Order: sequence, then structure tokens, then C-alpha cells
Amino acid sequence: MAYDKFTVLKSTCVPLPLENVDTDQIIPARFLKATKREGFGDNLFRDWRYNNDDSPKEDFVLNNPTYSGKVLVAGRNFGSGSSREHAAWAIYDYGFRCVISSFFADIFKGNALNIGILPVTVSPAFLDKIFKAIEADANAEVEVDLHNQKVTIVATGESEGFEINGYKKNNMLNGFDDIDYLQNMKSEIGTFEEARPF
Amino acid sequence: MSKTLFDKVWDAHVVRKIEDGPDVFFIDRHFIHEVTSPVAFLGLENRGIGVMFPERTFATADHNTPTINQHLPVEDPLSANQLKALETNTGKYGISHWGLGHQKNGIVHVVGPENGITLPGMTIVCGDSHTSTHGAFGAIAFGIGTSEVEMVLSSQCIMQPKPKKMRITVNGQLGKGVLPKDVILYIISKISAAGATGYFVEYAGDVFENMSMEGRMTVCNMSIEMGARGGMIAPDEKTFEYLKGREQSPKGEEWDKLVAYWETLKTDDGASFDEELVYDAADIEPQITYGTNPGLGTGISTSVPKASEVIDGEASFKKSLNYMGFNEGDSLIGTDVDYVFLGSCTNGRIEDFRAFASIVKGKKKADNITAWLVPGSHIVEAQIKEEGILDVLTEAGFDLRQPGCSACLAMNDDKIPAGKLAVSTSNRNFEGRQGPNSRTMLASPLVAAAAAVTGKVTDPREFL
Repeated sequence: MAYDKFTVLKSTCVPLPLENVDTDQIIPARFLKATKREGFGDNLFRDWRYNNDDSPKEDFVLNNPTYSGKVLVAGRNFGSGSSREHAAWAIYDYGFRCVISSFFADIFKGNALNIGILPVTVSPAFLDKIFKAIEADANAEVEVDLHNQKVTIVATGESEGFEINGYKKNNMLNGFDDIDYLQNMKSEIGTFEEARPF
Repeated sequence: MSKTLFDKVWDAHVVRKIEDGPDVFFIDRHFIHEVTSPVAFLGLENRGIGVMFPERTFATADHNTPTINQHLPVEDPLSANQLKALETNTGKYGISHWGLGHQKNGIVHVVGPENGITLPGMTIVCGDSHTSTHGAFGAIAFGIGTSEVEMVLSSQCIMQPKPKKMRITVNGQLGKGVLPKDVILYIISKISAAGATGYFVEYAGDVFENMSMEGRMTVCNMSIEMGARGGMIAPDEKTFEYLKGREQSPKGEEWDKLVAYWETLKTDDGASFDEELVYDAADIEPQITYGTNPGLGTGISTSVPKASEVIDGEASFKKSLNYMGFNEGDSLIGTDVDYVFLGSCTNGRIEDFRAFASIVKGKKKADNITAWLVPGSHIVEAQIKEEGILDVLTEAGFDLRQPGCSACLAMNDDKIPAGKLAVSTSNRNFEGRQGPNSRTMLASPLVAAAAAVTGKVTDPREFL
């Protein structure tokens, strides 16, 4: 599925300063029953966000009108657990385009890149600075510049570089996906397949 | 140049190397199930492309299926719709489908190996993180997202950067009552739920060499719970013995040729790893988790550690204990238990039922326990009956349910109620994993059995 190009994103942030936010928290298994990719944002962080009677939990950050934006800032080891791409879909559908953390689980990171969410890994110290900036001013903005691979806290001008491989970066900048690439390789793949021993 | 097992299998599957990018990586076997495949098939339709090698994909329904009355129509309309979509999609593209009610149906990571679909030296993916299970056979096997399911369907390839390599060696003799599940829970507790992120693990040493294929599957299954993409064990005589004669295993001359190839796969002397960890089997006792990630576990006879003693940050650790209702320093033995779950792709195989039965034999299920015993497949279910294990279970007051993922992820009706505590042989103890606000302690089938007959967290060595 094609997605919007990602170039520069300047936005306020939603802070989630917890470690090990797993995919079952991002979207619990009971909300994986759809056969279409629609409406997953409604159940993003479902059990942290709503009580059993579906009333909002006031102390959860998504229910706090002070915080909004297209950037989710989360603690270490974000997205651990299941391979469910629904977790990335829920984050995207809710309106986030970027997640910043000091460490991502592998499968989540891959899924995010495949659907057009930029996972930005920063140092623990810089992550802390972002959390502090948001704490000081809920409207603090960050600027995520994919072309220059740099994230900046707008208010202070402090910035840090981030890693992304050239192939994925080009995909994100242009809104390309892997299937476009692989479809152009089918005869090479066909030849490879014929030589497989099983 | 010396190569590791992982290098040998990986390098044999690279179709193209992209400069400053991932490898175009060929997939020998692709498993699909009802939950993570429908949107991938929809993607194919939207793009107007087809399935390149339908004979390389295998479908089974497991995540969302009921574990009782499987002969009746599925009541939940959303679940029924997903099962129907799998049937329709596989039918349309000519993909093998072992749906609900099929005699080969079961959990994807149980049925693959038991039917000889999984072989050493293969690359295997599935839209499920516990695909790492198949690494027990010396395959590179890992979980993928739905976009990648669409890639494999349409091109039999995915784009993968090659992970770093870690070897975890455990030598020595395992103590009484210590099962493969305890070995992997011990390792995860030592390195944390993120300790192997970015790595692919090879398990080596006497403990794994002496382990059965079922046990190796349990270990490789939980590789993802320490963040590793997958884990693998070099194929050996045990591997070949397990696979020989299975329905889809190669036969005759082809088999012999493959065995000769598989024997070359083991890690060469002098091959290097990015990280090496070594543990002593004698240090491992039966394990149990007390927190809300699989790294928060400890020996059953010990107590909940202090925040300063664990790798996780203090805020997350305290949130975890608060959710579970434990305090630092609490003893785990004697904790009242409400539910016991035996099953899942981690511990839903015949050996797991044998272990469970060895403790409950001649005893009675504790009155306060609700027990869900769920075989991993119909083949496992048949073995349970043939070996007389069902009689043992029935006499002790237990029922056997029908195959499926069940309470491991509680997508079907098998949900642990809010506030209740389960001792579970599955793989994840995340908040609400087994039902909203339910609490999970992960453990081996022996620990589960001891809890089932005493109603409390109990050291299974008391019964051995």
C-alpha cells in the first residue's frame, strides 16, 4: 500500500516515557479481527486509554488535550512482542507519522518503515532532552528532517543525527515501497527459485 | 573463510545485495494464518498482482479459532469472517489450506514441523513472531509483518538487512525438573526482553545437543522474547530422525542427498560471532515470571528482585509489579493461582503433555483452578489419546480442549478474566495478553501441573 512521502516533519509531540511498550499494549489481540486495514487508530493503546466500560482513562496521555501532534516519543524498546503490523497501522491511523525512541524492537521498526512511519532512534540522553522539552512546554516542537537524517528540538536548537539505510530512506522520501522494487525483479527471482534444492 | 550456521543458510538465500540497503532474501517456506494475511491478499488485489509460487505457501487457521465445539459454526462473526477470508484467498490462488476441522489443522508452528514442511537449511517466514520456532531444525525462521506477507506472496522474497550474530552456549547437565522452557526463561531473565534485539541467535552446547526436537522448538520459539529475530540450532541426527518419513519430508535418494548437505551446515571452527554468551546448566532451576515482560522471571524458589537488580528501568519495573500485584522481595512459591494454561506454539506438543501428566497422575485438580489444556494440533491430540495421557488427565479432573492458539493471545473466547492470575506455558506475560486485566506467570509444563494440583505456585521438584 502506497503511503505519503516523508521529507521534513515539524510537529508537537505526544510523550510516552515508558520502556518496553509492547505490541499487545499498542493494540490488543482482540482488535485484530478485521480483514481490511481500517479504523485501527480507534483502538490504539486501547487498554491504557479506556476503562472496561469504554470510558476514557483521564490519566493516559492520549486523553490529555494538552498533548497532540504527529510525533510519538516513547521509552526504550518500543514495539517489542508480536509481528502484528496492526500495531504500526494503529499508530499511523491515529495520525502519527514518526516515533522517536532510544531503542526499537526489530519487527516493529521494519513494519513501521514499510507503511510510512519513520522510526527515529536517538541516544538515551537526547531522548531525555526531548522529554524535558515537552515537560517544560507541552507545545514544544521537534523537527524531523529525513533528508539530512537529523532531529532538532525547535525551542533550543539542539539536534542529533539518526541512522537509516539509503534504500529505505529513498523509499520514504519518495513514497515507494518494496513491492514495487520486487515486482521488477521477478525474472531474476524465478531463475533463483529454479536452483533451490527444496 | 569460516562461517556460522546462520551465515551458511543466509548467504544461500540472497538473490541480490542492495548497496546501502537490505538483501533481497529468498523464502523457501511461507506459513500464513487467518489474522495477518487478509490485508496482504487485499493488497495483491489492489495492485492487480498474483501469487508467484503458491506451492511454497501453507495456510492453517489457529489464532482465532474456538477450542471447543469446532464442528459447529464459529459464533463470533468477525472471527468467522477471517476464517472465511483465509479459505477464499487460499482457494483463489491455489494455496494449501488446513482450515478449522481439517485433520491436519493446528497451530502453524506445530503443524509445519510435524508434517515435514519445515526442513534444515530453509528460510521460513510467517506473519507471526514465533516463527522462530522452526529454527530448531537449523532453518532461518522469523516473523514478518503483513506488508512482508504481501511481498512473499507476490515475489517469494522480502527485503532484509542481515542481523548481527550471537551464540548462546549452555553446557552441563540440567537438574531434576528443569525443562527446555526453564532454560530459555533463564536466558531471557539474564539478558532482558531486549537483550538480543538486532541479533540472530545460535544455541550451542551439550544442553541443546541433548535436547529433544520438541525441546529445541520450545527454546527457539522464545528467541523473540529477548528481542532476537530468531534462534537456531545446528541440525544433527536427532533432527534427521524426527523428520524422516514425515508426510512432506523428501524421500529416498533426495533425502540422502539433503542429509549430506544438511550435515555441512554446522558452524565452522573459528567462525566468529558479534556476541557470545555462556551459561552453566547447573545454575538453572525451574523458572517462573513475576512481571509483565518475559525478561522479568526468576528461579521458582527465589523471590521478586529489587528494581536495582533488574535491567529494565525503575518506572517500568514498578508499573509491572503494580500490575501483577507483587512487591519487591515477595516469595513466589505459595502465590494463589486461578487459571492454568497448557498449550501454545511454545508448549503445546506431546512432550509437554507427557510432562504435565507425569505430575497430575494419581492426583486431583485443585478446586480453585480452572485449567485449559489445549493441544497444538490434531496430531498431538491423537497422540495424547493413544499414549493414555487423556485417561490420566481425565482421572485427575482435567478436560482436553481442541487445537488452537487459545489463551496464549486470547483472541478467541479463551480469555482469563480480569484480575485473575494464570500460570501459563505460553510465551508472553504482557499486560492483558491473556484477557483484559488478566495476570500471567510464564512457566514450564511441570510448574503448570504443580500449580494445577495444588492451586498455588509450587516447586514441581516436590513431586519428582
